[in-house]
Amino acid sequence: MGLMFMDAVVSQRLDREFVRERRAIVRALTLTDLCLFTEARYTRHPSMTELHTPFQDHPMALEHFPSGSIMAVPARLYPPAQQ
Amino acid sequence: MIHLQDIRKVFNAGKPNEFVAIEGVNLAIDSHGAIALKGPSGSGKTTLLSILGCMARPTSGRITLQEREITSLPERFLTEIRRETFGFIFQQFNLIKGITVLENVMLPAYPNAENHASLKKRAMDLLDLLNIGGKALAKVEWLSGGEAQRTAIARALINNPTIIIADEPTAHLDTHLSAEFMEIMRQLKQEGKTILLASHDPIVYESKVIDRIVEMRDGKVVSAGGGP
Amino acid sequence: MKALEKQRNILDFTLSSLGRRKGKNIALVMVYTFVIFLLASVLFFTHSLKKEAALILQDAPAMTVQRLVAGRQDMIPMHYIDSIRQIKGVQSVVPRLWGYYYDALSGANYTLMVNADLNDRAGEIIIGNGVSWRSAPGKRNNQGLQKNDIIPFKTYDGTVLGLKVKGLLPFASELVTADLILVSETDFRKIFAIANDQATDLVLQVRNAKELPTIAAKITQIHPDTRPILRQEILRTYDAVFDWRGGVILMVLAGVFFAFIILAWDKATGLSAEEKREIGILKAIGWETSDILLMKFWEGAAVSLMAFFMGIFLAYLHVFLASSILFAPVLKGWSVLYPHFRLTPYINAYQIATLFFLTVIPYTVATIVPSWRSATIDPDSVMRM
Ligand SMILES: Nc1ncnc2c1ncn2[C@@H]1O[C@H](COP(=O)(O)OP(=O)(O)O)[C@@H](O)[C@H]1O
Ligand SMILES: [Mg+2]
Repeated sequence: MGLMFMDAVVSQRLDREFVRERRAIVRALTLTDLCLFTEARYTRHPSMTELHTPFQDHPMALEHFPSGSIMAVPARLYPPAQQ
Repeated sequence: MIHLQDIRKVFNAGKPNEFVAIEGVNLAIDSHGAIALKGPSGSGKTTLLSILGCMARPTSGRITLQEREITSLPERFLTEIRRETFGFIFQQFNLIKGITVLENVMLPAYPNAENHASLKKRAMDLLDLLNIGGKALAKVEWLSGGEAQRTAIARALINNPTIIIADEPTAHLDTHLSAEFMEIMRQLKQEGKTILLASHDPIVYESKVIDRIVEMRDGKVVSAGGGP
Repeated sequence: MKALEKQRNILDFTLSSLGRRKGKNIALVMVYTFVIFLLASVLFFTHSLKKEAALILQDAPAMTVQRLVAGRQDMIPMHYIDSIRQIKGVQSVVPRLWGYYYDALSGANYTLMVNADLNDRAGEIIIGNGVSWRSAPGKRNNQGLQKNDIIPFKTYDGTVLGLKVKGLLPFASELVTADLILVSETDFRKIFAIANDQATDLVLQVRNAKELPTIAAKITQIHPDTRPILRQEILRTYDAVFDWRGGVILMVLAGVFFAFIILAWDKATGLSAEEKREIGILKAIGWETSDILLMKFWEGAAVSLMAFFMGIFLAYLHVFLASSILFAPVLKGWSVLYPHFRLTPYINAYQIATLFFLTVIPYTVATIVPSWRSATIDPDSVMRM
């Protein structure tokens, strides 16, 4: 357990440079999202998704991308009462 | 030392299979000496022994142990009395399988919070005394009948009890081992312990070691035997 | 001191008695370790991903303005820029051009994005790591795209436009750039037939982050068909992206929960005759009910702590050294491109404690409870065994 925490701290140090690099790229390219899934636009760019995405095909469309069931709906898209 | 007053034990009270196992037993047991409970199977010997040994409570009646009324004591105190006053040798020995002879002997002392090392030493001494020191680290399931019996005796003695209780101790032993068991009981009696045996085996109740025979039948004491 | 001695004696017996049912206990520890391994892997993975997102998306645009038409995001007219720039506090408004491109050859979805650096270098592209590994036709399969390789793009009217790879985005940035292809504005408009007065969305820089909500409100007032997205919302999206409502997490939790119920149920009902006999013997030779429960407590604690430490350790190896290899099939889904999840290990005591309370505590309780019933049996039953 101690080793784990030690390894974690060391890795965080070592990766700091990469984090900086990633931040620089995000800023330079004005990126908004992590590239986690590339199968559907609402999971590739969840933060850019519009409220109506779930109905983009037709109102009764079922979720058909696996990644859609992995990720939660962006908090912003919940009706205000549920936030 | 132990006084039983009008002891009655009913199993399954209030149910259709209600059974009166012991009825109207009055008995006084003095310290030092060996007493045998004799009687046919089902006469209530085991039931009476477990009441004497604070394992079970009578349905009614009073028990005093060393002038102390114990019938109404809570479970916790009964357990403590049982641990400190009695050493039990069960019919099947009831050793715990899979652990060593030594550990089996030490078990009854664990709740006493005794130092582990000193407890271990006492257990070893006891085993040596009973001539099975060499088997201390053997698992109990490898023991012969005689060794298992001596392990059971050592376990009964670990807390240095004043009273030894054994229920049908010779039921699973041959004549030779039975005689050996009675010899060990003789030595313990000599050391000043009180011995309480229940048996319908003549080797036990006809033994010279026994000072007094209490005869039972159908849950009643039919003869409180010689002695005071 | 005395109490300690007693604990030690009872623990001693517990350990040697655990050793007796070796097969059963090893199986138990293994199943249990696996359960904890799964839970911990999910927790480590999602937590580190969230943490990473929170760190690097701090530099995402302060505000993105998109236009909605009939509930779908649509191209935003360039002339919106001027009116938005007029708003007090807005420092700069820059149009972004980006979109998705399905490459039939590799079967992958790419994100095409215009980069100003390429604007006077039409015909050239810079690609992300994932893209380079989708081999171009004629390439040997295990070699990625190199500099000066050409990717053919099918434009809106079916003609093919070959663009030359002029650079690769740094490997370290894969988590945000794996599927990116940076193109020049000319090529982008050519491929998708987008008019010169249209952009995908606008990104804003503001003087004071506190004014963002006011500015956003102003924008929607001037252009009711737009929707501003604040950086705060992006961060919030990623903070909740793998919360417990997330499908897989729910599934794993449910699985773990059932596995746990089965274990506990087995414990509750499966106090074997042998174990009951032992409890009877211990009571008869003078153990109190509390001593027996203490023993059972140690038993449950020993099993679950062992499984706990092994499970957590394995999960750590799995997530941070083996790149969550077991999750890959689930995470990939239908994606053809995906980043290598070489995550920086962000772990904290809170996570460990959460796992502890989710696993060790209930299991230990589940071992004690059934023993309770057995521990209160009359000791004289031993006389009749
Ligand atoms: N738990 C019990 N429930 C019902 N009956 C019992 C129980 N224990 C003992 N008995 C009955 O009590 C009687 C006396 O039993 P016991 O004391 O074991 O006799 P012994 O030891 O002399 O053979 C027997 O008839 C037995 O069936
Ligand atoms: Mg009997």
